[in-house]
Amino acid sequence: MNAAILSSPLVGAEAAPPDHLLAVEALTVSFDGFKAVNDVSFYVEPDEIRVIIGPNGAGKTTVLDLICGRTKASAGSIRYKGHELTKLSESAIVQAGVGRKFQTPSIYDDLTVFENLEISFPRGRSVFGALTFKRDAEVRDRIHAIAGTIFLKDQLKERAEFLSHGQKQWLEIGMLLIQDPELLMLDEPVAGMSVGERIKTAELLNQIIKGRSVLVIEHDMKFVEDIAHRVTVLHQGKVLSEGSMERVKNDPKVIEVYLGH
Amino acid sequence: MLGDYSLGDLGAIFAMQGFAGLILFSVYLLMALGLAIIFGQMGVINMAHGEFMILGAYVTYLCSTFFQTYLPALFPIYFFIAMGLAFLASGALGMLVEWGLIRFLYKRPLDTLLATWGLSLILQQAYRSIFGAREVGVELPSWLIGSVQVTDTIEIPISGLFVMAVTILITVCVALLIFRSRFGQQVRAVMSNRAMAGAVGIDTEKVDRYTFGLGCGIAGIAGSAFTMIGSTGPTSGQLYIVDTFLIVVFGGAASLLGTIASAFSISQTQSTLEFFLSGSMAKVITLLAVVGILMLRPQGLFTLKVRR
Amino acid sequence: MTNPVQTLTKSVTVNDNPFMKPVEWLSLLLLAGVILVVLPLMLDSFRLNLVGKYLTYAFVALGLVICWGYAGILSLGQGVFFGLGGYCMAMYLKLEASSIENTKIQSTPGIPDFMDWNQITALPWFWQPFKSLPLTLILTIAVPVLFAMLISFAMFKRRVGGTYFAIITQAIAAILTILIVGQQGYTGGINGITDLRTLHGWDIRTDHAKTILYFVNGGLLIACILAAQYVKRSKLGRILVAMRDKEDRVRFSGYSVAGFKVFAFCFAAGLAAIGGAMFTLQVGFMSPSFVGIVPSIEMVIYAAVGGRLSLFGAVWGTLLVNWAKTSFSESFPDLWLFGLGALFIAVVLAFPNGLAGIWREQIEPRLTRRVKGLRAPPPAIVPPHGAPAE
Repeated sequence: MNAAILSSPLVGAEAAPPDHLLAVEALTVSFDGFKAVNDVSFYVEPDEIRVIIGPNGAGKTTVLDLICGRTKASAGSIRYKGHELTKLSESAIVQAGVGRKFQTPSIYDDLTVFENLEISFPRGRSVFGALTFKRDAEVRDRIHAIAGTIFLKDQLKERAEFLSHGQKQWLEIGMLLIQDPELLMLDEPVAGMSVGERIKTAELLNQIIKGRSVLVIEHDMKFVEDIAHRVTVLHQGKVLSEGSMERVKNDPKVIEVYLGH
Repeated sequence: MLGDYSLGDLGAIFAMQGFAGLILFSVYLLMALGLAIIFGQMGVINMAHGEFMILGAYVTYLCSTFFQTYLPALFPIYFFIAMGLAFLASGALGMLVEWGLIRFLYKRPLDTLLATWGLSLILQQAYRSIFGAREVGVELPSWLIGSVQVTDTIEIPISGLFVMAVTILITVCVALLIFRSRFGQQVRAVMSNRAMAGAVGIDTEKVDRYTFGLGCGIAGIAGSAFTMIGSTGPTSGQLYIVDTFLIVVFGGAASLLGTIASAFSISQTQSTLEFFLSGSMAKVITLLAVVGILMLRPQGLFTLKVRR
Repeated sequence: MTNPVQTLTKSVTVNDNPFMKPVEWLSLLLLAGVILVVLPLMLDSFRLNLVGKYLTYAFVALGLVICWGYAGILSLGQGVFFGLGGYCMAMYLKLEASSIENTKIQSTPGIPDFMDWNQITALPWFWQPFKSLPLTLILTIAVPVLFAMLISFAMFKRRVGGTYFAIITQAIAAILTILIVGQQGYTGGINGITDLRTLHGWDIRTDHAKTILYFVNGGLLIACILAAQYVKRSKLGRILVAMRDKEDRVRFSGYSVAGFKVFAFCFAAGLAAIGGAMFTLQVGFMSPSFVGIVPSIEMVIYAAVGGRLSLFGAVWGTLLVNWAKTSFSESFPDLWLFGLGALFIAVVLAFPNGLAGIWREQIEPRLTRRVKGLRAPPPAIVPPHGAPAE
């Protein structure tokens, strides 16, 4: 069903220039009259690393929720490679190539690290496919390769419940990697990590963002400066400023919001 | 089918049927109120709710026998005393159960469901051992017997009016308690954010216990009122548990107004259908309609849209 | 059967995910031995028939392990599917028993006796397909499974689950019971469908037939255990566990969660239906008392006592609870409800993983320690595959 939706010519596709990977336009969502995201527009290009910053309650996480289909938009459009995401289910959005990491590590405590990664392997996603899924050499090799990348090679047989907070974050990143999304969305990937873990994570992220577009929410300005190509600043549900980190840092409106009170 | 009746007859029948529906509404609402507090505010499924109700009914039965034998002078007003005692008995048992069972299971709602089912079996058997398997009825004081003649064809039983009055009174009291009192404020605080409520100095465990006790106590009053229109047996409570849960869920679990609206619409639908169909088919169609609507609109009648 | 470990990394030894671990093969062998050899040798035909009846409930418990234990979907309406399966079979048997010759004293010969008593003069349309045995066998599974799909699809699409789903399934059990009891002329009412005689000409009432049915029953149960085991160890089984834990993560790994839940629920319904059909054959009647709220929730306790995560546990739990019920009700009928009630509470408060949990956490480690003796240090206790759903 999802495949049919994806392969059919999409309404409004001609309006989007083909070079935008993600085009968010006039996006609005309201919860009982409160507009958490209000008329937000921005564009992400292929291979771009875009960081969204903004004070608490600016609507950053809600924007990610809207893109990945967790929250339904009240108005506006989100086009990804010409597909209108606002009309797709969460799983169809993932299958279209959008991956999402949550703020708190979201992994399966009752399963082993191996099984966690295996579930994210992009094959056998239908009920019948999952019933007949075979753990073949390709699956094992991919899992072992990814486990090496995310520093969990020795924990493959361990239950995910017993990992440290940092290891859980890595595991979730690994689960996204095995999914191999073209657009990767990360919600505060280094929050709550020790200094050592933070350095390793930055290294990990630098490694995995190659060859894909990344949309990151982060508060750590040092980290943002290191990785961002462009920065979008959200404030009270609206885009306040956008551009290079240098430009955004010197934008008086941004300074006002961050330092003005 | 309708052709057999004159217009006046039909009007009278609908009025009578509507009134029967109102009595059913009162019973449903009384039962659902206690459950709405426990399920709506605490998220706990109490499958033994019917048994708490039956406890109230048995207390009323005991009172009726006691006053008849020892204090016949006070018999006309025994019902008010019985209702108070029913509230206390069911409430106290409720608090005991919360302390001994429910508080360990707040994070496992499905398990609560099974444990309280076990409790309901134990209570049923206890009632059977104490009061016998036969249904018992209470003796009504003379002022509750008889009916009010509204027109030539429409008459309304006084006991039914009394049950309705009790229902209105209890509903108003519960609304005031939840929305106006300090205790209600604490209950709502604990339910919306347990950790925060604890941090500002609310004894959350105590609030849980009293909330559960309150819900069970109201069930006791419902059982007490129930004795006026029906007899009581050890398994009478189980007969109503599904209806009661559906009413609460249909109304939108956290909404008092929703519970009232849902009890009203379900009872009116059922009693109207009962006129056209057999009792069992009326019930089947009513429940099917409710389940069908709930499948399409799971949040019930009244809800708020919030960020998940 | 499975591929050898592909990597050369020494520190990583991959779980080969065999169909069953050696200890599970042993459990299966033990269960099959008890059901198919020990009990038939030990028990007289009356008792054996009784155990056969218990075994039909075990199908339901098996389904609940997948649906409730693994997927976290508590159904309080398994009696509905057990009953539908049983009624489908009973309708076929009843039609066979109501041949024109057998019913010639009725005012309308050739229809079931209870229809005649209720002044029904022609066989209702929904009884027609049950004149054919192959069609009956298909409908016995198809009707309950399609009904389960109808119930669950609408709700799981709307993300309804947990206690809410449990209440709805319970309401459906109540509705179906009222309907069956109320529509006496079409369903046999409160008495159910009784006086069943032959299955395609073969008399099912003799002791000999009942013994044969017992073995069919036991064999089918073993087959169903294997089927459930296949589901449990497939990736689908792990997705069910994952869903119970973090539904959103599964969704954002590209799975349509509703479809998997519907599958788990329908699988359980299908197993319950097989149990119901076997019940009708083994016991010789079907009635609404196996459809309603009380039997439905009692079937949950079988799985809970055995261990909601263990297929073998569920079968043992069913046998044990029913054996206890029969012995208690024979000697102390008053005490049984107290005991059953206490069982519900105890299994939830003290033993959430049931007998299988006790075995795995208490007995097995000790046994292995004793067996291995001083040769090796005791192995680390591997926690069971997931704690009960919270």
